[in-house]
Amino acid sequence: MIDFRLDDEYEALRKTVHDFAQSEVKPVIGDFYIREEFPYEIVAKMGEMGLFGLPVAEEYGGMGGDYFALCLALEELARVDSSVAVTVEAGVSLGAMPIYRFGTEEQKRRWLPSLCTGEALGAFGLTEPGGGSDAGATKTRATVDGDGAEWVINGSKSFITNSGTDITGVVTVTAVTGTKPDGGKEISAILVPAGTPGFTVAPKYSKVGWNASDTHELAFDDCRVPVENLLGERGRGYAQFLRILDEGRVAIAALSVGLAQGCVDECLQYVGEREAFGNKIGAYQAIQFKIADMEARVHSARLAYYQAAAKMLRGEPFKKEAAIAKLASSNAAMDNARDATQIFGGYGFMNEFPVGRFYRDAKILEVGEGTSEVQRMLIARELGLK
Amino acid sequence: MTNIVVLVKQVPDTYSERKLNESDHTLDRESADAVIDEINERAVEEALKIKEAGEGEVTVLCVGPDRATDAIRKALSMGADKAVHVSDEALQGSDMVATAKVIAGALGKVDGYDLVIAGNEASDGRGGAIPAMLAEILGVPQLTHARELSLEGTTLKVDRETEDGVTHLEANLPAVVSVTEKINEPRYPSFKGIMAAKKKPVETLTVADLGVDAGELGLSGAAATVLEAAPKPPRAAGERVEDDGDGGTKVVEYLAGQKLI
Repeated sequence: MIDFRLDDEYEALRKTVHDFAQSEVKPVIGDFYIREEFPYEIVAKMGEMGLFGLPVAEEYGGMGGDYFALCLALEELARVDSSVAVTVEAGVSLGAMPIYRFGTEEQKRRWLPSLCTGEALGAFGLTEPGGGSDAGATKTRATVDGDGAEWVINGSKSFITNSGTDITGVVTVTAVTGTKPDGGKEISAILVPAGTPGFTVAPKYSKVGWNASDTHELAFDDCRVPVENLLGERGRGYAQFLRILDEGRVAIAALSVGLAQGCVDECLQYVGEREAFGNKIGAYQAIQFKIADMEARVHSARLAYYQAAAKMLRGEPFKKEAAIAKLASSNAAMDNARDATQIFGGYGFMNEFPVGRFYRDAKILEVGEGTSEVQRMLIARELGLK
Repeated sequence: MTNIVVLVKQVPDTYSERKLNESDHTLDRESADAVIDEINERAVEEALKIKEAGEGEVTVLCVGPDRATDAIRKALSMGADKAVHVSDEALQGSDMVATAKVIAGALGKVDGYDLVIAGNEASDGRGGAIPAMLAEILGVPQLTHARELSLEGTTLKVDRETEDGVTHLEANLPAVVSVTEKINEPRYPSFKGIMAAKKKPVETLTVADLGVDAGELGLSGAAATVLEAAPKPPRAAGERVEDDGDGGTKVVEYLAGQKLI
């Protein structure tokens, strides 16, 4: 029979990150969020704990864990705050993992040690102003300069997490580098170090949620990097980032489950304190049923991402499971955030209570790293529907 | 190379409701989540800082039931090198004198110790006398209630802080130190540390291994007997201060009376 218990070391990690999130993040993150400020101190502490290096081998400065360890950490962080969680998620699954999976030995040695300790943050530039889910619509171009020594990149990228912090080290950019034999676009991934001339980071966006995380539009204007900065094989950029996105979906699912669980946590505490019509509101069935639904959603979504992660770690195809996990858990996050703010009544609309923040943070989960529509498309394709 | 032994105790989580057994008034270990005492995490941190600043080995010493291995693992995952766990049914209900003797006996099983670091007081029993008793049994200096600690060669310097003020203490190793909450902020274990902890050696000892008289141990060997225990009464209403123009003074007098300022 399937044993759903976590192994001791995973449980110890989950508990450690839980304690960290409750003690170090929860008391202060609301203020960062309202000020729309990136929490460098918290990022540094998470770096000391090794959270940015969880799935990376020790020889590159990582923790020698795996992707599931990362997911557990993300869930516990997002249970308290999504901005902090997505900073780790993007830093690891989009920043470090492409280099770890597809980089040369030299690229790994150059970038991974500082990315794993959180001293530097990595970002992944895929989405463009005119194309998110339609990655084939990539317009950013990279050409090899006359003497063959440099890539010259031109174009722009949108909604790129971790791309403009004081500690951003490198952005992996996808660009059209030629035409494939079948006439399609040849897309490759290229490493662009922060501060490279011609690489401009626009002022940060004003966002509905994730307000303590760092998101920018990026512009590349005759931006030159050495040809050695090609990440992985030329023309394999598309295939590479699909693998990265499949993994990332499981990570976003874990983050969504965290938010959905955070809603349950906050509500359980609140309904035991708040009184109305002579009783604690937790005594009313209308409230109990809402919380029971919330718990059922988060529980189901958690099982979905655990199972997707298990298949990933076993090296089996997990595209469908990742899409299901992401779809189910982002739904759970949205639904739980709506129910939680309803239970909190007027206080749910106030920034001083976490549930209002959860409500604002939940929306992007149905959009980022593949919209819910894209997840449905993937599931349908995996079922053989064409 | 400094051999440091850190005393670690598993206690009921202070966030949960803590109870005593109705039959013998000992701690009901089943009623609450068991965790490493937070003050011991600070003791481990201080030991690790000394180790990292130079050379040393950190051994965790724990007296407690089998499930106290969780507390030991936490200390090992923070970075301690090895552990000694004294676990024996005969220890259940032991008083502080007996516990100090057991710890002293277990220290004899560690390959030479230079420094013993303990928390100043466990959050369950709150006796706060073990470090002093241990130093007395071992015949070494005791530097208790340390809020700051430094080691230069074999000279230990401690800022001891109590209600009466701060005292600067100095002693040569070997010595016993107890630390307060002000000593440091303990680190969170990393996943690498958690994985490594699984492979670190934990030596399990029983009373028979220690050369301690079993007759002095346990509930029957305790010098005092608990006849009755009652739950803490609910919190009483606070003290009201009427402000007749001297409210500020009265508040200050009250706080001073409580030794809060």
